[in-house]
Amino acid sequence: MADLILQSLDLIIFLSLVILGYISGSMAEKKHYRSIIQREKELLKLPVLTAEGSFRAGLVKESVLVTGSAVISIDYFKRLMAVLRNLFGGRVKAYESLLDRARREAILRMKAEAKSRGAAIVVNMRLETAAIGKNADRKRQLGSVEAVAYGTAVIYNPR
Amino acid sequence: MILTNVNSVPGKKIVEHFGIVQGSTVRAKHVGRDFMAGLKNLIGGELKGYTELLQESREEATNRMAEQAEQMGANAVVNIRYATSSVAQGAAELFAYGTAVRVE
Repeated sequence: MADLILQSLDLIIFLSLVILGYISGSMAEKKHYRSIIQREKELLKLPVLTAEGSFRAGLVKESVLVTGSAVISIDYFKRLMAVLRNLFGGRVKAYESLLDRARREAILRMKAEAKSRGAAIVVNMRLETAAIGKNADRKRQLGSVEAVAYGTAVIYNPR
Repeated sequence: MILTNVNSVPGKKIVEHFGIVQGSTVRAKHVGRDFMAGLKNLIGGELKGYTELLQESREEATNRMAEQAEQMGANAVVNIRYATSSVAQGAAELFAYGTAVRVE
């Protein structure tokens, strides 16, 4: 019995990592999405544009660059699913949600910074994504991604 | 120093252009953070250590760019862009560039 366990130790470790990844990964994702949706509602009043926008003279008091970023990692289970998906092709849902979370979190952090500075609007928002960490130079799989959102927060003159 | 990523400074007029200014920094994180990130890679979720590190580095790149603009005699940098690249295992380059201008 002990021999058998020892022989299949690799398999046991692998399976427990997959299960651990599945449980904690999906819990973390659900929790994150709940928090994202809640904060998006709170910050709904602050408009963000990707266009430059023009302002009439005397309206603008100050304009500052605001940034927000987030590095999000994928879990072991999803990474495995993505590798399997590579064989068959098609939508890789695991990565879709990873990138979606990273971008929305980055935008939220940027909006929070703009709000704390008393901005009325954020113009010319840009998004940048980069692969970070050990797997960054490996084409086959992706470990964690960084999303950066930045834009110009415009603060109006008090009327 | 006014920093914006639009073509102009809203509400102000550009009177002089000085050309491109840039700032960059290459950062690596310490072993402890790397180890924690390795664990987080298994269970998924945000890598807070990396987020902080990249945020700090981006600020430094921006500061270097602003310094360069100041030396030229500019009082604003417009059209700022950021780029991130992973140059080697465990190190990332943060790069910021923009156009130095003088506004009224």
